[in-house]
Amino acid sequence: MSKMQFMLLFSRQGKLRLQKWYVPLSDKERKKISRDLVQTILARKPKMCSFLEWRDLKIVYKRYASLYFCCAVEDQDNELITLEIIHRYVELLDKYFGSVCELDIIFNFEKAYFILDEFLLGGEAQETSKKNVLKAIEQADLLQEEAEAPRSVLEEIGLT
Amino acid sequence: MPAVSKGDGMRGLAVFISDIRNCKSKEAEIKRINKELANIRSKFKGDKALDGYSKKKYVCKLLFIFLLGHDIDFGHMEAVNLLSSNKYTEKQIGYLFISVLVNSNSELIRLINNAIKNDLSSRNPTFMCLALHCIANVGSREMAEAFASEIPRILVAGDTMDSVKQSAALCLLRLYKTSPDLVLMGEWTSRVVHLLNDQHMGVVTAAISLITCLSQKNPDEFKTCVSLAVSRLSRIVSSASTDLQDYTYYFVPAPWLSCKLLRLLQCYPPPEDGAVKGRLVECLETILNKAQEPPKSKKVQHSNAKNAILFEAIALIIHYDSEPNLLVRACNQLGQFLQHRETNLRYLALESMCTLASSEFSHEAVKTHIETVINALKTERDVSVRQRAADLLYAMCDRSNAKQIVAEMLSYLETADYSIREEMVLKVAILAEKYAVDYSWYVDTILNLIRIAGDYVSEEVWYRVIQIVINRDDVQGYAAKTVFEALQAPACHENMVKVGGYILGEFGNLIAGDPRSSPLVQFNLLHSKFHLCSVPTRALLLSAYIKFINLFPETKATIQEVLRCDSQIRNSDVELQQRAVEYLKLSSIASTDVLATVLEEMPPFPERESSILAKLKKKKGPGAVSVTEMEDGKREGGELNGGGDRGPDATTMAASNASTPSPSADLLGIRSAAPVSAAPSSAGSLLVDVFSEAGPAASSAAVNDEGFLRDLEPPTETSDSLLVEGSGDSDSAPPSEDPAPPLSEADELLNKFVCKNNGVLFENQLLQIGIKSEYRQNLGRMYLFYGNKTSVQFASFSTTVSCPGELQSHILVFQTCGATGGGGAQIQQVLNIECLTDFSEAPLLNIKFRYGGALQNLTLKLPVTINKFFQPTEMASQDFFQRWKQLSQPQQEAQKIFKANNSMDTEVLKAKLLGLGMALLDNVDPNPENYVCAGVIQTKGQQVGCLLRLEPNAQAQMYRLTLRCSKDSVSKRLCELLAEQF
Repeated sequence: MSKMQFMLLFSRQGKLRLQKWYVPLSDKERKKISRDLVQTILARKPKMCSFLEWRDLKIVYKRYASLYFCCAVEDQDNELITLEIIHRYVELLDKYFGSVCELDIIFNFEKAYFILDEFLLGGEAQETSKKNVLKAIEQADLLQEEAEAPRSVLEEIGLT
Repeated sequence: MPAVSKGDGMRGLAVFISDIRNCKSKEAEIKRINKELANIRSKFKGDKALDGYSKKKYVCKLLFIFLLGHDIDFGHMEAVNLLSSNKYTEKQIGYLFISVLVNSNSELIRLINNAIKNDLSSRNPTFMCLALHCIANVGSREMAEAFASEIPRILVAGDTMDSVKQSAALCLLRLYKTSPDLVLMGEWTSRVVHLLNDQHMGVVTAAISLITCLSQKNPDEFKTCVSLAVSRLSRIVSSASTDLQDYTYYFVPAPWLSCKLLRLLQCYPPPEDGAVKGRLVECLETILNKAQEPPKSKKVQHSNAKNAILFEAIALIIHYDSEPNLLVRACNQLGQFLQHRETNLRYLALESMCTLASSEFSHEAVKTHIETVINALKTERDVSVRQRAADLLYAMCDRSNAKQIVAEMLSYLETADYSIREEMVLKVAILAEKYAVDYSWYVDTILNLIRIAGDYVSEEVWYRVIQIVINRDDVQGYAAKTVFEALQAPACHENMVKVGGYILGEFGNLIAGDPRSSPLVQFNLLHSKFHLCSVPTRALLLSAYIKFINLFPETKATIQEVLRCDSQIRNSDVELQQRAVEYLKLSSIASTDVLATVLEEMPPFPERESSILAKLKKKKGPGAVSVTEMEDGKREGGELNGGGDRGPDATTMAASNASTPSPSADLLGIRSAAPVSAAPSSAGSLLVDVFSEAGPAASSAAVNDEGFLRDLEPPTETSDSLLVEGSGDSDSAPPSEDPAPPLSEADELLNKFVCKNNGVLFENQLLQIGIKSEYRQNLGRMYLFYGNKTSVQFASFSTTVSCPGELQSHILVFQTCGATGGGGAQIQQVLNIECLTDFSEAPLLNIKFRYGGALQNLTLKLPVTINKFFQPTEMASQDFFQRWKQLSQPQQEAQKIFKANNSMDTEVLKAKLLGLGMALLDNVDPNPENYVCAGVIQTKGQQVGCLLRLEPNAQAQMYRLTLRCSKDSVSKRLCELLAEQF
């Protein structure tokens, strides 16, 4: 649904765990946005509304255990469905890692990115079925294992 | 160590991440990272070829370091090697690295594009998806150039796998957003629309985002999507909660797709086909009905998904704005949410109701919720929710409830969050003006605003109350009485002193009959605030004092005494000192008659759009205040009170009727205009001294001979030649070198200012030149701010304005306040401009100074263009076309067809046209896509009527611009200028 501008995952201590940018911005701008936004959200109290106007964007965020998931969408976008985008992503991570925690995302950050790319592309929902997304990721993992096996053999004959 | 390690755990990576996490300090972390970077660098440079696994591991480490916030400037080559690998796992990491760390090195991009091309043609769906994801993530122009024609083919090919189609659709969308010119419509477009019928829900979900974006830009080409979308929506809405299997989310069938379908429909007007429309209305009713059904789950995800669809349906109902029954039902539904226990729903209901309030069908229904909304404003704990409540109160306000709403907003202001105060103040001020039935209420409201939130009351707000009081003689006595009372508070806000000073200076006589507010009491009251005020306020008070001398001769001795004291006449602030000296002199040498003429009551301000509305609009961005609302404001403001958006500056007030020698006569009182030009002629001899002390006159040798001769006699109205007085710095001789020719980009810089008056004109490493300007009728005033960006003072800084060739008989530019100072932080210069007849060229501004011994010589075009002298003209459709026909001689018309250079967004276009200075006329052109404007250019000699028509063609990204003016040279010039703006 949403024309998402970016998605940030950060901890209660304000450490960024994942950042995905769907609009072209310089490194400097990204850092500034992340810093400002993380501060703004951490300053909010638990029972407050999940939406806020920030600069000319709408911010939709939700906290899951120690992690904040935060999306920036455009003014006309649907806040509730964005909130459920976040939830679906959390479900995907949870299913893949098996009751996901912050550490999983730290140590397997590349997987978190792969899962996100299967679910959202260019800031738009690509596949909302949980089964289909996980199927794609599991297939990739399978390819990975097949590819890993002959590594040592290839190494021996000096092909890589 | 990792809690879980899926697939191939890269042990080295996990160890490194653990190390970083164990670092006790930032320094330790940086040390560890530098060590790792050195290690990776040596591995990459080493003689031994790295195997794929190691390369992958190191690239992953680099990525991790980058995501921690450190700069990474190598590894791209290795990543490209990885993504060219045949092993999926290596390819995946290579793509991830490139997607996150995009590099603009063209050689690299060529290699990446090559690898992507191979993967796209590999017919291996997982490889194809990776390549498409990378294009969608990077989305650069180079990629668009390489793949924009390939991807549509993949998207519509019969044998493409569903997952690839999904990626291809969104990949194409990203490219279309970055480079719309490279994605060419063609045979594939009609097939894309039919993806709405696809069996696979995932394909529909992805494709519809692309279709929506394409429809917004090319509505006609895609309009068949409406009926397809309606039938798809209808099937989803009527399906049972389990029909759609994995696309059902917490018992809600396909919420994402439903929202996207409803959003797509918002790109179009209501369907014309009765059957389609009937089916759609049925869908909308079903959605509204479902909101009333008991929830199928207690989970918040269930209600969120359900309500997401509901809010999107309501947005569509509001977009159509044609089904009173649905609008009222929507309003009632939102009314229920206003008291829901979920904060999120209350927030969204307030937000959505704001748009309902502007529909004639639901405005009344929205108003019934006023008490709930007021309560929300008072009791919500979250400031963002309170902000929505304030917005809604503003939107639902009309004549019937204005007093209540304004009162509530005022009382809320006393405790409001700092973050929303300024906006609240503007809103209260606008509502008070718009719905004022009696002016005493209006004056009370604004004075209350200043009392409660003085710091947040911007200039525009207090200017406005003064404009209104000046223009309405029935409220002047009341205003004088009220400010007099307000000033008696022991601590009152400086803005109150400003309003008080101004109003008593003009109308103090209306309350002077009462001994409790006799002239001397009034004066003493004002003067008791004087010492606590800032310089601009004190300057204003000094002007009020001189007005007092005229109003009440009995105060003359007291006031002269005040002016004469050292703290005034020798004040270290030049402005204050000058006013004190001049006013003292004026009061002692001028006869009562002269004094009465010079200090006569201010004439009414001319009619204009309320300046505070403009300010709110600016604050909220162009989309925030709808054009209808603005025109509403203009209309209503007009019938109640005329008002200009110039500030009632102290100077203007003092010199309201002064017959000054200069033709510009300081009619434009902007901020602290130099009193020199505003000073009355009777004080002429005094002025010469002040003048030569202040510098500009004495230093005008810096300009040119002509200027030097001219400066002895003030510019006269008959003068038709170049007049540039003074160039600023009087103590250092300016570098004697001819002005440089205008910069090559001078025209481009000039074009930036056609539709705006303020901004940065020029910037290089040494200097920044900012501009603020205002225009009224055929006069203008421009402030130039020269900012020194270096830490060193510029030597011999001088500026010259010239009107080359014939231009000097068309426009006068002269300086009222020199660019003084030999460098330093900021130098300010003020130019007065008078338009004699229409003109095409721009005056030139030459700047010379020495920096580090080297002469800097720079010539720019002053952004003065003929459209600055526009007065907007409102007219009805009939009048417009009648005049259009009258201007039918071929030379009166100028037309241009040109390609859009900028966004064709409606709001952007409207903002530009308004910035142009003409009135933007609604409901005139039979085609609502077109824009028509009318205005009159004011020159000294004549008025030139101008009509404009702009016809955008979104599909072709082209415009046709037509101008018809009563003078052919104006049509031609405006056409040239405007063709560069869109």
